Amino acid sequence: MNQLLQKYPEEVQQILAKYPPEFKRSAVMPLLYLAQREANYVPRQALQDIAEILEISTTDVASIVGFYTLYYDEPGGRYRIQVCTDLPCALRGADRFLQELCERLGIEEGGTTPDGLFTVEAVKCLAACHRAPVFQVQGDGEIVYHENQSVELAMAWIEEVRARVAAKEDRS
Amino acid sequence: MTTTPHLLLRHREIANLDQLEVYLQHGGFEAFKKVVTQMQPAQVIDEVKASGLRGRGGAGFPTGIKWSFLPNNLWPHYVVCNADESEPGTFKDREILEGNPFQLLEGVMIASYAVQANLAYIYLRGEFWQIAHRLDEKIAELEKAGFLGENLFGTPYSLQLRTHLGAGAYICGEETALLESLEGKLGQPRLRPPFPAVVGLYGKPTVINNVETLTNLPLILEKGAAWYKSMGTERSPGVKIFSLSGCVNRPGNYELPLGTTFRELIYTHGGGVPEGRQVRGIMPAGASSAIISITEDRLLDTPMDYESVAAIGSQLGSASVIVLDDSVDFAWLVSKTVNFFKHESCGKCTPCREGTFWMNRLAQRIINGRATPEDISLLETVANQIAGKCLCALGEFSVMAVTTGIRQFRSDFEHHVNGSGSTATGG
Repeated sequence: MNQLLQKYPEEVQQILAKYPPEFKRSAVMPLLYLAQREANYVPRQALQDIAEILEISTTDVASIVGFYTLYYDEPGGRYRIQVCTDLPCALRGADRFLQELCERLGIEEGGTTPDGLFTVEAVKCLAACHRAPVFQVQGDGEIVYHENQSVELAMAWIEEVRARVAAKEDRS
Repeated sequence: MTTTPHLLLRHREIANLDQLEVYLQHGGFEAFKKVVTQMQPAQVIDEVKASGLRGRGGAGFPTGIKWSFLPNNLWPHYVVCNADESEPGTFKDREILEGNPFQLLEGVMIASYAVQANLAYIYLRGEFWQIAHRLDEKIAELEKAGFLGENLFGTPYSLQLRTHLGAGAYICGEETALLESLEGKLGQPRLRPPFPAVVGLYGKPTVINNVETLTNLPLILEKGAAWYKSMGTERSPGVKIFSLSGCVNRPGNYELPLGTTFRELIYTHGGGVPEGRQVRGIMPAGASSAIISITEDRLLDTPMDYESVAAIGSQLGSASVIVLDDSVDFAWLVSKTVNFFKHESCGKCTPCREGTFWMNRLAQRIINGRATPEDISLLETVANQIAGKCLCALGEFSVMAVTTGIRQFRSDFEHHVNGSGSTATGG
């Protein structure tokens, strides 16, 4: 039973259609994004599902997860807040921003808030050097940029998300 | 001198240029239609050769010549647009992709016709998730409007475009690593030769061009090579987007003719350095630059073209100009760049994998005040053992700031060794 194929039949076909049929291995990266959409990490079962769809080994699929930084093989926060701390951003206070944000959330860098909602981590260049401090948020199957940030702006967004999640849980 | 109106960042003057109807109102896809209906592929290649356009991704290789390497007895041909922009200090392609996407797409389409590719991929870094989804919508619009698909404009020529998202790996900007990644493998560079022009995507002849390079094409084909050559310098013709960052008052992208001086970029356009500060160093090609030490004021008058920047011991690269003023600790700076390359090393070749690891440990030890004076020389030695020994340019890039930093700013390193062991900070 291929759970990924069963869950996203149309998406899988759309992804496969992007590449010549004899080179369908090319679809491994988009399929991993698809597998990661729901839980913000790639569940073990998905490695097998993808391997089966592409007719490659599970090890091959797992090696892609290990090599590329935007895939995760274990759960983290529902939203990953990823702050660029490379040179141009650091010259505009990115290290300090990251440290203060972690302090405000009461976590270590790389840690996750007790409510399981946010993981905060340093990442490499995001191509937004002129709008530092900058972070991207990986979650809900998307990656969204937040530029020209301050700790206050970031905290305001975090509280907004917390309120939104709480409201959703109340309804369900 | 500035290029007003802009040629590449045209969205700065034209509102909603990312909408197809607006792009069409401003002459959009006329150049593509002209090449497909009126020009032979070889004529397109000749025109681009004559324009002197050089690759804007960093290497500066003449674009038309790169195209002419594709053999005509091996098919199919592929075109791949490199939108993996990941060099610390570079953010120009992103602005094109967001603000003027159709001009890029038209450029990809012109390049595809020139080498008779029927399928082209745009490889975007994974972080450009939103951009990729918008591009997919725009490609669908172009299919609907008849600019992509079968028998374009009633000719036998057919073309399809596809996007492909990477997933966070700087190395995939290296063109053979990009191809590996696009084929669904680890993004690790291939041994060359053979070059991608002969054995590229899926083992077939492939052209790989940077976003900015391709965005020049519609204008070159519309207005001609002579017009394009009237801008910039003789050997570096045309305009360039300079990504300005670091210690400047107005960081951002500035589209200027090649050959514009550092002084004009930093002071006229970038608003200068913070008050009371002076430019102490410049990294003209992002984190992979050889650092230019501004020991004399006249160095700021160096024209930013491929030859002039090389003549003062650095390289223009992708023109990602990081300005460093006299508040910056260059030992800290080197620890930052080395940490980047250590993280991004793909691990395939030993000098880079091991060398960046050890350079990172040494640089960290220095700025944490735990190093001995010999550690500075050791760091230099490790760098020299990496240089010239790697499979691709990443290894070379990783030592640039180290060797030029220690050579020109040695006192910054010695300060940590002889000092109180204080932890360095920047900015």
